[in-house]
Amino acid sequence: MALKGLDIFKLTPKTNCKECGSPTCMAFSMKVAQGAVDISKCPHMSSDAMAALSEATAPPMKTIKVGTGDAEYSLGGETVLYRHEKTFVSKTRYAVRVNAADVDAKMAVIDNVDYDRISERMHVEMVYVDYTGEADYAETVKKVAGKGKTIILGCTDVAAAKAALDVCAAEKPILNGATAANYAEMVEVAKAAGVVLGVCAANIDELYDTTKAIEGLGYKELVLDCTEGTIKDTFATAVKVRRAALAKNPDRTCGYPSIVNVAALTADTTEQCGLASLFTMKYGSIVVMDQMTYAEALPLFGLRQNVFTDPQKPMKVETGIYPINGADENSVCVTTVDFALTYFLVSGELERSGVPVNLVISDAGGLSVLTSWAAGKFSGNTISKFFQENVEDKVKSRKVIIPGKVAVLKGDIEAKLPGWEVIIAPNEAAQLVKFLKDMQENGEI
Amino acid sequence: MPFNGKSGKFNAAIRTVEIGTGDKAVKLGGECVAPLYSFDAPIENAPKVGVLITDHGFENESEGIKAYYEGCSNWGEIAQRAAAMEGADFLVLKFDKADPNGENAPVEDCLAIINEVAAATDMPLVIAGCKNAEKDAEIFNKAAEALQGKNVLIFSAKEENYKGVAASAVLAYGQKVGAESSVDINLAKQLNVVISQVGVDMGNIVMNVGTATAGYGFEYVVSTLDRVKAAALGQDDAQLQMPIMTNVGDETWAVKESTASEADIPAWGPVDARGVNMEVATAMAVLASGSNAVILKHPTSVATVSKLIKELM
Repeated sequence: MALKGLDIFKLTPKTNCKECGSPTCMAFSMKVAQGAVDISKCPHMSSDAMAALSEATAPPMKTIKVGTGDAEYSLGGETVLYRHEKTFVSKTRYAVRVNAADVDAKMAVIDNVDYDRISERMHVEMVYVDYTGEADYAETVKKVAGKGKTIILGCTDVAAAKAALDVCAAEKPILNGATAANYAEMVEVAKAAGVVLGVCAANIDELYDTTKAIEGLGYKELVLDCTEGTIKDTFATAVKVRRAALAKNPDRTCGYPSIVNVAALTADTTEQCGLASLFTMKYGSIVVMDQMTYAEALPLFGLRQNVFTDPQKPMKVETGIYPINGADENSVCVTTVDFALTYFLVSGELERSGVPVNLVISDAGGLSVLTSWAAGKFSGNTISKFFQENVEDKVKSRKVIIPGKVAVLKGDIEAKLPGWEVIIAPNEAAQLVKFLKDMQENGEI
Repeated sequence: MPFNGKSGKFNAAIRTVEIGTGDKAVKLGGECVAPLYSFDAPIENAPKVGVLITDHGFENESEGIKAYYEGCSNWGEIAQRAAAMEGADFLVLKFDKADPNGENAPVEDCLAIINEVAAATDMPLVIAGCKNAEKDAEIFNKAAEALQGKNVLIFSAKEENYKGVAASAVLAYGQKVGAESSVDINLAKQLNVVISQVGVDMGNIVMNVGTATAGYGFEYVVSTLDRVKAAALGQDDAQLQMPIMTNVGDETWAVKESTASEADIPAWGPVDARGVNMEVATAMAVLASGSNAVILKHPTSVATVSKLIKELM
């Protein structure tokens, strides 16, 4: 089934025209073979060759785009089951569920959670509008439209769905409502509005058959709603579908992003948070919850940021001066690297010490202390330069504490930063609390 | 044509390790499927939930935890209250105060607590130290001796002290031992190997591969656990087939999200709700990656996580 790069290369024009975005036809062929690029990116393939190749080389899991503008999100497109194998490409997106009765109350507070964490904006990206049989479903949808959220219409009633799409189709919502009973009509509605269709079913067999039937009608802009009657069955379906999609012989009928509605599985919001965590780990492209307060957001967005990080790209924090424990311009400086994990560990310990300090983070390439030091990215030069350009005019204290692991830098920094006293911290972040408290007691800082 | 997917059942299995005695004894591990994949094959022993008690008591804990233990006047009562938590499978005693860099409480104090707790409850016990390798070795030695016959888990031997700890806990006193490494599959495996070279049977080892709070470099935890389970089950690597226990509560209740007061950051809302969700979300993520037991603090977290585990079995 899987084609080798060389087989694909034979069918390319071999002109290295670069129009596909790759430097050579060979490079392009290799990427196609890995499933990283779609064959249609090459404008010069003959249509025969294209037809022969597209089925065999299509990525195992489709990338589906939903929403518009800032609220446009890519779902799916994964190539591996575990993050260490390569990387996860499309983050889990969280949706808050609303219905006619609570839409006003929930939309009023939906933007209460909106913050930045390691250069990523954290906020509720989607709203799931549940159809509860009301006559004016479109009115409920109207209250959600135009708010910069991707809308998911949870509606299996064809007429209501049609009316709802009349008010929000331009925002590219997801119509989550095709079932074994109504899929033919729903496909027409979705096609006409040009929106992604969600497939719902009572169990995995029905989900599979319905999806297959919809594909038979020529519609492949789909997401699969894996939610079933119980937590266990829902988890089983989410895992089985993804596993079949990314198996050695991929089952393309399973190769779509998923929706998991944890709000439908339990009313308890703590349990919903636990389940949202579970489905962030295991294969939920969209997770629907009843609420997203800071109590849910802090753990879930943090988890998501970690799990979906590219293993080849270290997480970096912004460079700058971070005042801790109410530090001011007279407080001592502590410096370390911009590797996110180091930053969090060190800032956590500094906070625990209760001693006011200015944490100075310079650009060390997102590497840990010893690695960046070995790579020359955390050296006497880089540190002193950063202090001269960014710190000296803002902080009056002339004492800086450096990580114990780079104690050798003391002399170099002192030579290059006249007037500064360099103090060497312990080797481990955990020892900082005692170290700082002792220094404070002894009046050294 | 119905869905036709392959089962993910493996030919290898995680070892079963039992801690405690009698009716309350718990079995960890034994599964031959990926974490929580009970639909591939029955999971013999569902993941377990332990309750963390530290020798600091509950003064500095969140309101919800403090309220739960209100009125307890001695360690025996505290242990019974903890054991009564809905969904609790075992108790963990941790001796933070014993740290020589902190209060440096003497080993006798730790022993007094251990004896009081052991007399008051028949729950399986896990004995954790203070992170100082030398002091831990002393505490573990005495604890293993005092608790002989109770089949407790000594949690955990590290690279620096495994020789003394593992030998005394398992060989001299017949207890189980934890092997603690810090979020690295190679270190985890190496420690298992050297502990078994001391003469400890691999069936007496529980791994503690370390953890982090969700958002704090948790990707390393996920990948370490994923890879340990992949090696243990997929490649039948006997040196990584020990069940895994993870101390989630201790980590999650230390981060800013779980400790900053509502007065300091009003938008964040009540501390308890944040702390519980952080604990529950991290625990579920750790379980989804392969931990066979999690250690938690808050009664709501214990009840929620154990309920979700039951639903998934």
